[in-house]
Amino acid sequence: MDESSSQTDELIAQLEEVFETDYEVGQDNVERYGLDMHNPVFFVSAGLIVLFVLISLLFPDAAKSGLEATKNWIQVAFDWLFLSAGNALLLFCLALILLPVGRIRIGGEGAMPDFSLVSWFAMLFAAGIGIGLMFYGVAEPAAYYTDWYGTPLDIEPFTDQARTAALGATIYHWGLHPWAIYAVVSLALAFFAYNKGLPLTIRSTFYPLLGDRVWGPIGNLIDILAVLATVFGLATSLGIGAQQAAGGLHFLFDVSAGLQTQLVIIAFVTTVALISVVRGIDGGVKLLSNINMSLALLLLLFVIFAGSVSAFMASFGQTLSGYISYILPLSNPVGRADDTFYHGWTIFYWAWWISWSPFVGMFIARVSRGRTVRQFLTAVLLVPTLVTTIWMAAFGGSGLDQIEQNVGQLADGIGDDALVLFQMLENLPLASITSMLGIILVLVFFVTSSDSGSLVIDSITSGGKTDAPVTQRVFWAIMQGLIAAVLIAVGGSAALEALQAGAVSTGLPFTFVLLAMAVSLALGLKHEHELNQAIQA
Amino acid sequence: MFNRIVVPVVLNHTDRMARTLKAAADLARQYDAQVTYVAVSGKVPTAVAQTPEKFAAELDMFAREQGGEAGISTAGLAVASNDPGADLDKCLLEAIDSTSADLVVMGSHSPGVSDALHLIGSHAAWLVRHADVSVFVVR
Repeated sequence: MDESSSQTDELIAQLEEVFETDYEVGQDNVERYGLDMHNPVFFVSAGLIVLFVLISLLFPDAAKSGLEATKNWIQVAFDWLFLSAGNALLLFCLALILLPVGRIRIGGEGAMPDFSLVSWFAMLFAAGIGIGLMFYGVAEPAAYYTDWYGTPLDIEPFTDQARTAALGATIYHWGLHPWAIYAVVSLALAFFAYNKGLPLTIRSTFYPLLGDRVWGPIGNLIDILAVLATVFGLATSLGIGAQQAAGGLHFLFDVSAGLQTQLVIIAFVTTVALISVVRGIDGGVKLLSNINMSLALLLLLFVIFAGSVSAFMASFGQTLSGYISYILPLSNPVGRADDTFYHGWTIFYWAWWISWSPFVGMFIARVSRGRTVRQFLTAVLLVPTLVTTIWMAAFGGSGLDQIEQNVGQLADGIGDDALVLFQMLENLPLASITSMLGIILVLVFFVTSSDSGSLVIDSITSGGKTDAPVTQRVFWAIMQGLIAAVLIAVGGSAALEALQAGAVSTGLPFTFVLLAMAVSLALGLKHEHELNQAIQA
Repeated sequence: MFNRIVVPVVLNHTDRMARTLKAAADLARQYDAQVTYVAVSGKVPTAVAQTPEKFAAELDMFAREQGGEAGISTAGLAVASNDPGADLDKCLLEAIDSTSADLVVMGSHSPGVSDALHLIGSHAAWLVRHADVSVFVVR
């Protein structure tokens, strides 16, 4: 008896040794003037950001053509890779749900969730995807149905089949696949931080593969790349979003959509995001996310009931059946004939989701302690997909109904895709109130992306700390607004689009990073499972 | 005059807190008061500990050591926060309430340019303004 228990002890000791590192959180940090920054991640990231902004301001057209050519080349040459990676990550998540490792609890057996389910879901949406639901809820199904820029699988536009395919393809782009990408990154980050005691930063997820080398140059490179993708992804979205929101304000209230309005919008979003990050997760980010989800729910219920409930039910059925019947052909990477749709939409989205995954994944990881792997993956995959299906059925369905019934501006075709939501709302009752609500939602979703993004960048650039001085997160929040404003004011659309193409292009290196991360996560979970079994025995 | 003294500590920087710890211990002996060391941690791994539970254990050990060395009665109170960067001051204020402390002894830096510009407020300055008990700031 004694012998077997000492064997078990030895096994436990051996297993625990695997993740024992001498690295101490913050050991590479520079602490001066009351600041606490990782060297070199903070300084190199900040320097490169300034450099890239300067280049795109000095040579906007050259930068735009160069970076867009890079993005387009990546999206054509590696289309199969993006699509296969998305499929592989989804299958990986499904496997983890079913395997015994699903029982592992993030943060250890005794860990309790830090947030209620409602707040948790609200933050999941508000961080990365909420803004897209606002802009593309109507625009995307309408675009696929009318062949605005290709149709899914080259299906004949303006037909019954096109309607089902348009709704199904939209969910394909916003459903299980993107959330599987986010789920793998966030689970890996959460697991290695909360279960294995490694700093909460992207590099830690590679510890099983690289060992102590993750604290050196390779790790620095991964973290810097994540910071750049996040800063430029958020700043250019804010810039382009400000242009779209200004367009919306012009359409609704006839205010000028010019530079001044755009800068006011950026200043407003940045100021609110600033207040939010200073107040922190509970007093800022969580609060705004909850407010925004309630407002979004209100708008959703309005669209369902102001249109017709039976039409919504029909659209919901079509969306779901469209998703189920087209998910396999749409995720097939070989022999695609629908080139325009495949590259213009699907691959663009996949590159986009992957380039945003360090940001969204890191934020989800931060708030997901205390749930089991199985609960976490099931919730992160299914709930957003279901909510998105309801949302797209309501908004997209109403838009398609208006096109089919020849009602309003949408029936004349999609002009500016940013206005499609308001053109749809215009033909429902109380249009001025709901459009106003729509604009507010768009702006607050920008705030909730910006504040959670600043927290993430702050944590990566301080070596995985969450207690770095507030000044640093203020710095990153201001940087995002400043970059957006300077790009718009000095470089115009060309500079914005150049850097956005650059941000999306980081999707390619991150695809490899994500695939390696999945392998690393599998090794880590296997290790934890063995450890738990040894402890039980 | 004082029954319970709260001393906010940064566990991985206790070497820089010698003067604060001594001032607190001297006052505790003089008034026969108990000292509660309060430390705020996040939920992510830190240089001090990998989990909030281990962090609390570290703080308890620190409190016992201090009590033994100074011959005073001590306790540790670890507060785990979702966002310690933002919530530190609020957590300290709650700790003062929950322990019914009547004196806070804490270290702080001398006010410099950044304080004048309100860029980086000191935690001690914030507590002086917001706590309704006496605050002894050691520089």
